[in-house]
Amino acid sequence: MSLDLSNYADLMRALSPESVLTILALLVLLIVAWRHRTVTDLRIAGWVTLVSIGITAAVVWWLWWNSATVEGVAQMIAVDDFRFVTDWIFLGAAALTVLFSLRYLEREQLLAPEYYPLLLFAVLGMMLMGGGEDLMVIFLGLELMSISVYVLAGFNRRSPRAAEAALKYFLLGAFASAFLLYGMALIYGATGTTNLSFIGVQVQTLGVAHLPLLLVGIGLLLVGFGFKVAAVPFHMWAPDVYDGAPTPITGFMATGVKAAAFAALFRVVIESLGAAGSWHVIIAGLAVATMIGGNLVALAQRSVKRMLAYSSVAHAGYLLVAVVSGGSGSAAFIFYLVAYGITTIAAFALLAAKGKGGESDVRVDDLSGLSTSRPWLALALTVCMLSLLGFPGTAGFMGKWYILVSAVGGGHAGLAIILVLTSVASAGYYLPVVMAMYMKPASHAEAHASMVFDGVGRATLAVAVAAILWFGIAPGQLFDLSKTSGASLHAAPAMAMDSPTSTPTTTASGTGATTAR
Amino acid sequence: MNSYDVWVLPVLLAWPLVGAALLYLVPASRAKVLALVVSLIEFGISVPLWWRFVPAGGMQFGVNWNWIPTWGIQFHLALDGISLFMVLLTTFLVPLSVLGSWTYITKRERGFYALLLVLTTGMLGVFVSLDLFLFYVMWEVMLIPMYFIIGIWGGENRIYAAIKFFIYTFLGSLLMLVAILGLYLHAAKTTGQYSFDYDFLLQRSADLGPVAFWFFAAFFLAFAIKVPMFPLHTWLPDAHVEAPTAGSVILAGVLLKMGTYGFLRFALPFFPQIAMSKTVVAVVVTLSVVGIIYGGLVAMVQPDFKKLVAYSSVAHLGFVMLGIWALTLQSVQGALLVMINHGISTGALFFLAGMLYERRHTRLLDAFGGLARVVPLLAAALTIVSLSSVGLPGTNGFVGEFLILIGAFKTYPVAAIISTTGVIVAAMYLLPALQKIIYNPLAKPENQKLLDLSPRELIVLLPLLAAIIWIGVYPRPFLSRMEPAAQHLIQTVTPATTAAAR
Repeated sequence: MSLDLSNYADLMRALSPESVLTILALLVLLIVAWRHRTVTDLRIAGWVTLVSIGITAAVVWWLWWNSATVEGVAQMIAVDDFRFVTDWIFLGAAALTVLFSLRYLEREQLLAPEYYPLLLFAVLGMMLMGGGEDLMVIFLGLELMSISVYVLAGFNRRSPRAAEAALKYFLLGAFASAFLLYGMALIYGATGTTNLSFIGVQVQTLGVAHLPLLLVGIGLLLVGFGFKVAAVPFHMWAPDVYDGAPTPITGFMATGVKAAAFAALFRVVIESLGAAGSWHVIIAGLAVATMIGGNLVALAQRSVKRMLAYSSVAHAGYLLVAVVSGGSGSAAFIFYLVAYGITTIAAFALLAAKGKGGESDVRVDDLSGLSTSRPWLALALTVCMLSLLGFPGTAGFMGKWYILVSAVGGGHAGLAIILVLTSVASAGYYLPVVMAMYMKPASHAEAHASMVFDGVGRATLAVAVAAILWFGIAPGQLFDLSKTSGASLHAAPAMAMDSPTSTPTTTASGTGATTAR
Repeated sequence: MNSYDVWVLPVLLAWPLVGAALLYLVPASRAKVLALVVSLIEFGISVPLWWRFVPAGGMQFGVNWNWIPTWGIQFHLALDGISLFMVLLTTFLVPLSVLGSWTYITKRERGFYALLLVLTTGMLGVFVSLDLFLFYVMWEVMLIPMYFIIGIWGGENRIYAAIKFFIYTFLGSLLMLVAILGLYLHAAKTTGQYSFDYDFLLQRSADLGPVAFWFFAAFFLAFAIKVPMFPLHTWLPDAHVEAPTAGSVILAGVLLKMGTYGFLRFALPFFPQIAMSKTVVAVVVTLSVVGIIYGGLVAMVQPDFKKLVAYSSVAHLGFVMLGIWALTLQSVQGALLVMINHGISTGALFFLAGMLYERRHTRLLDAFGGLARVVPLLAAALTIVSLSSVGLPGTNGFVGEFLILIGAFKTYPVAAIISTTGVIVAAMYLLPALQKIIYNPLAKPENQKLLDLSPRELIVLLPLLAAIIWIGVYPRPFLSRMEPAAQHLIQTVTPATTAAAR
């Protein structure tokens, strides 16, 4: 299916996932406006949200199945495998979050079903970011996502910590947006366009690759993205916000929000900035700082939630390595995102189940003896920790492995070595969790009595853990999917790329792979 | 082709995992019985390898299945004269470890035996993988069960020992992963073919250029930590002392051999020029000799019997490293033989240490004395095993170390002479320990009512004692089976060596 975006019918087809999700989100909003008092209303909203997510995923699947592509250069919205697969990842992250929130909201007495439409709007923003082919669309998506997530972060109104988190997130997020927008303005000034492919062509042909205006623009853009993905030194907000937000939302922020920012970053650097100078060095520096900083600070944490927050900063560093690597970096990113996303959301869900009324206070030692009273939950958390550590047999290993392949293949062996060394350091904070659960006795007999999952949560958790192990043992199909979707992200065909980072993703292999389906 | 030859290796890897799952179907109190049955069947499956193995046949019993075709990752298993003995040693020691843990492990038995079986798969996988990716996965996978075995069922300081063990090994192996990746991408760049196959990468490793040194260094670090070579050995005494008996036995018997096996299988054949360059040789030989002497001297002053045995491992493995690097037929065969011997003798020593501990709840040498009068069987077993560890002629220890020393004398006479004193040092730490435990006056009242070996304990020790005498008196079947593989290794490495010398 080849779409001509100047034609309205085709444009609607290209935008169908976003349009459908908008309608459904409004519908959910309408439902909760009527019914927002009882626990039942909350549940209805949750299940309707899940159905909406499913429908949207199906619409994305429809585009994917028909091998939708764009005629010529895409305007405003991209129609490629990268967009479809990232859409699924965002929707999947949201679905997992909803499944784990169903019980959490009831337990924490957060009887406000607006939670769910906000989540849907956040996903809508993410989808625009992942598919935006124009700086403006990316910015709109970013704002839609951010504003929804600001509210979600402070959703627990009774908690001063949540209020602090939301305010902090809002203020720093607004700064970040301003940086981003200013960067976009300067890039527009240098190239005269906001379309990603045209920017790429202009950078290539106008000889502006080293123009200060463009470089400053890129710099500001990277600062903005750095804030959103919580890269060191722009990560200061992350631990506090992750700490204060409701735990399922923390999981959502650590995966979905971060994934969306990374998806947009990938699209911008590959399609627009391939020929521009110096961003490689900046991102490589950010990656090194983030890997080292995130891991070292995580080592010092006692609270499990803060530890996971810093660990997610460290993982952003690994993903930045994929950004620098180019080539198969975007494919590695997709795989890593799936692995990391499932693992992180499951880990936060386990944490949410453990801590009642303030899981930020759960310390590593509070998990002592979990393996004797709750053996399956302990096993699940162990699998999550090993996957985050990148241990063979789990999806996390295959993801890290893919990033290493693209880093070494792209000639960044130094980054690869820093990645593995910091991974070793990360054993210093993931393993104590395992150790506490298995090797230390519980503080008292009833220590874990309150840690329960409802049926839905348990089933979701089982599926998540099975997926982590499955992708760790038989990652073949997911590898193939990430490979084609990663390769679909490429610079405009007009360009003769001289940078080695983007050459392997040629147009021929990209479109060839999609039409062959 | 015989169907046994085709299926034996996959079955050997799969069966312990099946067994581990089966453990959860029986009552916890029966777990150890089932684990024993499972591990005995595993041993039974592996025994025919001894006869079906053709010494001159190179890699045999191979299977090669697709695992992740996108990346050229194969499930490629095979066995040669080097890995044959490691596989048999592993399957031989596991049932004994199960039996040795019979009364030692009292809490969470199911988990313990399940982990032991998973560990078996990991260890065997390391020895039979001929795909570097698969090898790496197996290498890491066995880390987790061992980590839990030390951390859950270990002694006082178990958590510290477990994490130290984990981090040391993890650090080395992740750097090795980068090197494997480098080899893979180099081969892909020069041939356009993506594959982790051992033979393929072996052929492509010749023209690496200067980066080969760093790849070698990464492999070297991973294996040297595992061996462990002085000065990377500090995790070993902690892990050994804290681990439960079965953990120590497996750790000493099999896990340490993974390091030396790695050198034989990967580090030397892949990077012969680097490995045999003057600097590397000087460093390795010096560290081996230092390990031999230092390990012995430190063992001499240990008050704790298990720690003493742990340091003696450092010395024994120093011999192995010297034998490998001397690269003569005798020395390599000797090194392989010491790898087996060390598994048997040190394994037996750890079993005995565990038995003493179960009786007295201490491992301090000074707490014992005069046991020969109270527990004659135990004392006799301890004597034979200690003498074999010292290297008395007529026991296995003598054959191996003697071969290494003659072999090494041809290449590095000075190192060989210094190492010979290591044998004396071994006598100087083990014999006084023996004296303190079983001779000396029977002064302590606690020692006067000790029970002698139970039938179960005898069953654990007898196969080991038999192996000690068998290899000591008639090592021929072992040597003849390993000779072609040792010869092949030397041939692979030597041409490059002479080229480097020129």
